[in-house]
Amino acid sequence: MNSIEIKNIYKSYKDAKALENISFEVKKGEIFGLIGPDGAGKTTLFRILTTLLLKDSGSASVEGFDVEKDYKAIRNIIGYMPGRFSLYQDLTVEENLKFFATIFDTSIEDNYELIKDIYVQIEPFRKRKAGQLSGGMKQKLALCCALIHQPKVLFLDEPTTGVDPVSRHEFWEMLKKLKDKGITIMVSTPYMDEASLCDRIALIQSGRIMRIDTLDNIVSAFPGNLYAVKSGNMIALNFDLKDFSGISSSYIFGEYIHISLKKDNDENMIMEFLKMKGHSDIEISKLQPGIEDCFMELMNNPENR
Amino acid sequence: MNEDIIITEDLTKKFGSFIACDKISFSVKKGEIFGFLGANGAGKTTAIRMLCGLILPTSGKATIGGFDIYKDTEKIKLNIGYMSQKFSLYEDLTVKENIQFYGGIYRLSPKDIKERSKQLIGELGLESSENSLIKSLPLGWRQKLAFSIAIQHEPKIVFLDEPTSGVDPVTRRQFWDLIYKAAGRGISVFVTTHYMDEAEYCGRVSMMVAGKIEAMGTPKELKSRFNSGSMYEVFLHLARGAK
Repeated sequence: MNSIEIKNIYKSYKDAKALENISFEVKKGEIFGLIGPDGAGKTTLFRILTTLLLKDSGSASVEGFDVEKDYKAIRNIIGYMPGRFSLYQDLTVEENLKFFATIFDTSIEDNYELIKDIYVQIEPFRKRKAGQLSGGMKQKLALCCALIHQPKVLFLDEPTTGVDPVSRHEFWEMLKKLKDKGITIMVSTPYMDEASLCDRIALIQSGRIMRIDTLDNIVSAFPGNLYAVKSGNMIALNFDLKDFSGISSSYIFGEYIHISLKKDNDENMIMEFLKMKGHSDIEISKLQPGIEDCFMELMNNPENR
Repeated sequence: MNEDIIITEDLTKKFGSFIACDKISFSVKKGEIFGFLGANGAGKTTAIRMLCGLILPTSGKATIGGFDIYKDTEKIKLNIGYMSQKFSLYEDLTVKENIQFYGGIYRLSPKDIKERSKQLIGELGLESSENSLIKSLPLGWRQKLAFSIAIQHEPKIVFLDEPTSGVDPVTRRQFWDLIYKAAGRGISVFVTTHYMDEAEYCGRVSMMVAGKIEAMGTPKELKSRFNSGSMYEVFLHLARGAK
């Protein structure tokens, strides 16, 4: 059973193509991740699905309701957390929550069970104005406000952008609990490492979806041979590797450099080349690709340009 | 290469009874890439604002490029570069106009501005866009341009506050290539980031927790001290310990 269905959506702003032929489905109760950098079209897609923006063509539905014909029905059953902080800065934590509950003709008491785990973390600050909360607290309050009417589908547009790794981790723990309660979640993020927390992901770049699948399937479809390389002088290594013709890509990854070898090249050739360049303490080891390796490989694939 | 560009000693900033920065002491060498990490609200922004001469400390000492952070704030501003994810370039000015504007602010001569503008545009391959408005450029290009502009006056140090947030993974790495090049010619780099893989690219990293610097060292030292496989684990360890 699908919660969200999107078919051949196009959207342009004047000459700029924001979305080109986007199609996918999100299953009920799934955490679906839309992963891509700023400007990829993530927010445009969210705004179309939450009935705040009209598409140019194509069709889309949420829980069986058409995003244009049935926009009122959709607004009652979704929760939306926009990328920019959406709360009223001059209202307190409690007032914000009450306000959103009232809009949906419900009360905090009726829905307390759903938000309890999250709300208890900000309850000590319930008399504080939203504008004076720290980033992590604001994010928790915004999530509570998006949940207060017990939505069937939750749209979270970059909820973790600019949030430190610890708070990001906590946020994802909360999402898992919401999923267990049967809520469908569509979430976008520029942090590739968060892909592993989604059931399925769509990799989006420049208004086009490069791939949709589970993380495992995307990673196992990575073409070519990936190696991690390290030497005593990483700065020189980074520049030297870019000069080696047997490599199709070379990117720094933390303390290693990931290289993808062209056919008929092996690690011995790299070793020889680096020794010739004067490197010492060279380490080369075969590597399982991660989501960022895949994303960059897809970005460089001419089909996706 | 052993000259210290930043030296701080017990640098402290209080807002009322709240201690945003609590006796932080560290130094950054010429040409060093120094990662300044910490959770949201740990006090990083307050520290950067003091180091850039924008707010005065409550107590403690610091010099930036030899200038005192109490007395010489105007000289500090001329000798540093700054860019952040939130604010970098003027969107309604063109590429060329932004270069000229910042060149003027940093008191470069018209001749220098002209030369550097040409060089900078050439290096970034922006020739065809030099008369385009910044808002028409993709974010990745903007951030690379903002960085190049922030160092066009050859400052002693450049402060980068989350320069790569939201940037695609390929551009993020190109951005670090630019950082390495700048550090290679002697510009110190002071950088904050929420990408823990980027912490590995720094020569040394400091980890700020609740206003204090809880740990400082090379990524390798920190990982072995906290028995962690990655900087992400080091971060979790330190930031969690605070709660």
